[in-house]
Amino acid sequence: MLDTTGTKQSAAPPPAARARARRRGFGASVPSSVITIASLVIMLAFWEIFGREINPIFASYPSEIFKAGVTMVEDGELFEAFIQSMKPLSLGYFIAAVVGIPLGLLTGRYRWAEAGLGMYVTAGYAMPLVALIPLFILWFGLGFAVKVAIVSVLAVFPIAINTWAGAKSVPRTLIELGKTYVGSDFQIMTKIIIPSTLPFIMVGLKLAVGRSIIAIVVAEFFTLLTGLGGIILKAGDSFDTARMFVPVVVLMALGIGLTWLVGWLEHKVAPWQRDIADSER
Amino acid sequence: MTFAGPKVRVRDLTKEYYVSTGGGTQVVNALNGISFDIRAGEFVALTGRSGCGKTTSLRIVLGLDEQTSGTVEIDGREVNGCGYDRGMVFQHAELLPWRTAIENIEFGLELKGVRKDERRSIANKMLDLVGLKKSADRRPYQLSGGMKQRVGLARALTTDPEVLLMDEPFGALDAQIREEMQTELLSLHEKTKKTVMFVTHDIDEAVLLSDRVVIFTPHGTIHEIVDINIPRPRNDPIGIRGTEEFQNKRYHIWRMLKLTDQRPADLAM
Repeated sequence: MLDTTGTKQSAAPPPAARARARRRGFGASVPSSVITIASLVIMLAFWEIFGREINPIFASYPSEIFKAGVTMVEDGELFEAFIQSMKPLSLGYFIAAVVGIPLGLLTGRYRWAEAGLGMYVTAGYAMPLVALIPLFILWFGLGFAVKVAIVSVLAVFPIAINTWAGAKSVPRTLIELGKTYVGSDFQIMTKIIIPSTLPFIMVGLKLAVGRSIIAIVVAEFFTLLTGLGGIILKAGDSFDTARMFVPVVVLMALGIGLTWLVGWLEHKVAPWQRDIADSER
Repeated sequence: MTFAGPKVRVRDLTKEYYVSTGGGTQVVNALNGISFDIRAGEFVALTGRSGCGKTTSLRIVLGLDEQTSGTVEIDGREVNGCGYDRGMVFQHAELLPWRTAIENIEFGLELKGVRKDERRSIANKMLDLVGLKKSADRRPYQLSGGMKQRVGLARALTTDPEVLLMDEPFGALDAQIREEMQTELLSLHEKTKKTVMFVTHDIDEAVLLSDRVVIFTPHGTIHEIVDINIPRPRNDPIGIRGTEEFQNKRYHIWRMLKLTDQRPADLAM
């Protein structure tokens, strides 16, 4: 009896197993990386096919962009522009993190800070700070400093607002635990609030990646036409659409790469978080 | 240690809350003059329906909440805020999710400023005491409800408190685990001789564990303090449940809770 069931099972999955697989949903057995690559291939194929039909001034297509990209890599222009953009981008992002995290922690933890600073954080997050760029140029000139300033100002608010939300959502009972053991404000901050807020800080840092990339391109448009933003604008002005797309693709890849980097960092500093999420899935 | 009075002395405790409602602010009298003593080594349970003030009393003794009037003394010293002479076991364990079991147990000592090697060795002893030696490096999400509560109990014991405060620690556990934990708490109490103040709404639990049961009315006063004359050590919880003393006290407390329940709590507000 046992034997027959055994052979049946090896021949084909029993109905129960099949039902289970069905319940797990479409594509449960396909690795994520395969789905991602398939999605990319389909998207590029469509773009290539339909892009060729359109006047090259209005749009371009992958193979043409790739060709333009190769030329720009060969003459070193792309790499130089990339470095030109990355320097103010990384410094601005770093400043945003160093200012935004403590700002968010303070507003989330202390009533006086929330009452005194909260509205600026909310306003700074919601308003189009790009509108202030002419003023920034007056203050910081047209060089490196103004780009750093624009990146930090755009990136600081998503970091601060997320950290703030995180610090506010620390369970009251955990703070009481700290008080039970006569913890100082500093101990409660470093041993309870910050670890508890880390996942929120990481979300803020991820959102700030996108904001920083927008910021650096806009900064380059408004100031001296340097870096990747400079190439985009110059190529666009000369109707060289394929060339214009090269830095755009680089910026997209940069966004994905940096976000992944923050995710990796999150796993390094808060490994329990992913474990908890996995255990509840 | 030469102090001859009670370990815990609670006198005329009152507590008013202000609750903002749609129509304005309402004053709620959570406690209306509570007085009782707990002797050294005694196990006292506070029981009553929810909202009767038993947890509020515990939180005031712990120092997390402040009373409106009245006093709390531990060994004759008036309580003013939290201190290491009291250890707390919370209703839902309240473990830090990013710390392993052993790191959670160390937490109190860490805030107290105990050296790392010393606190690790104390934490290991406590971990052993609650029977979790094998789970030292698990994080809270990898622990069952009962295990979490054991970690919470071990953490409370690390600072060697004069009084152990427990706020419905087994309330969220399923029946079998709860009974297991009760048995272990009895033997732990036997070993450590700690003074325990235990909040519960479970009458069986109150009678089984305590030397005296404080019955609260729904209006934040004490109705009666019942002596439980079951000898210690109470090694046989099943047998104890069958004794006449257990049955009588259980029935008595149950009847008193029903009686004091006649008036709806709303009238007390």
